Amino acid sequence: MEFTLKTFIFYGFALMTIASALAVVTVRNIVHAAFALMVTLFGVAGLYVFLQADFLAATQVIVYVGGILVLILFGVMMTSGRLEMRIHIERGQLLLGGGISLALLMLLLTVIANTPIWKNLTDDGTQLAPTTERIGQLILNEKFLLPFEVVSVLLLVALIGAALISRKEVRD
Amino acid sequence: MALQYYLILSALLFTIGVIGVLVRRNAIIIFMCIELMLNAANLAFVAISRNLGTAEGQLFVFFVMAVAAAEVAIGLAIIVSVFKHRETINVDEVNSLKG
Repeated sequence: MEFTLKTFIFYGFALMTIASALAVVTVRNIVHAAFALMVTLFGVAGLYVFLQADFLAATQVIVYVGGILVLILFGVMMTSGRLEMRIHIERGQLLLGGGISLALLMLLLTVIANTPIWKNLTDDGTQLAPTTERIGQLILNEKFLLPFEVVSVLLLVALIGAALISRKEVRD
Repeated sequence: MALQYYLILSALLFTIGVIGVLVRRNAIIIFMCIELMLNAANLAFVAISRNLGTAEGQLFVFFVMAVAAAEVAIGLAIIVSVFKHRETINVDEVNSLKG
């Protein structure tokens, strides 16, 4: 494989994603973990751009980095701001969890190695076209109208439920 | 870049998320690791969608993002209200249902 600028940038994004994901799992400070998660989410957004999913890359930045991460930071503020929390990890749990995860990784890699549908994704000659129109057609014009509406109602219900759970207790 | 590079990256990201959920005991860290796993699945969706030349995979990523937002909102509300009652977010100490 020749080493072009594209592969260089791909490996850059891949390294950034994996390294910051490892940081999320390993660092002790929760706020640092949240910021490492932000780097991971940006890395995944960059990989979406590589896969020519421009709409999803923008959505990833807006929804994950702008919404979900801010929500998680609020959760950090409201729970662990007052007291320093040192949560001890047992050695048995570490070994068992690591073993299960490694077995899972082996399983996934075996499946990937045995699935014969590979072709080169970035250099197959297709034009870089916006995907927004195609996604809009699929959602509103074709077979995915019902799931789209169900998801929007689900989101509404979930947000109302979250507000209900986290409000102050009202005694009657 | 062939498809399997993206899938291997996705598998690595997913495994890191699984390690976090299994090993860490802080509820918020577990949440972030669930987000990592969802992102890994999304990456695989987009890569295979690109491989097949269709947009359906990207649409499912869109749905996954909406469900992830709902999950985070509910989950953080639960964590905050558990913290108000028990003063802890260590998932091993929240075991009243164990009997």
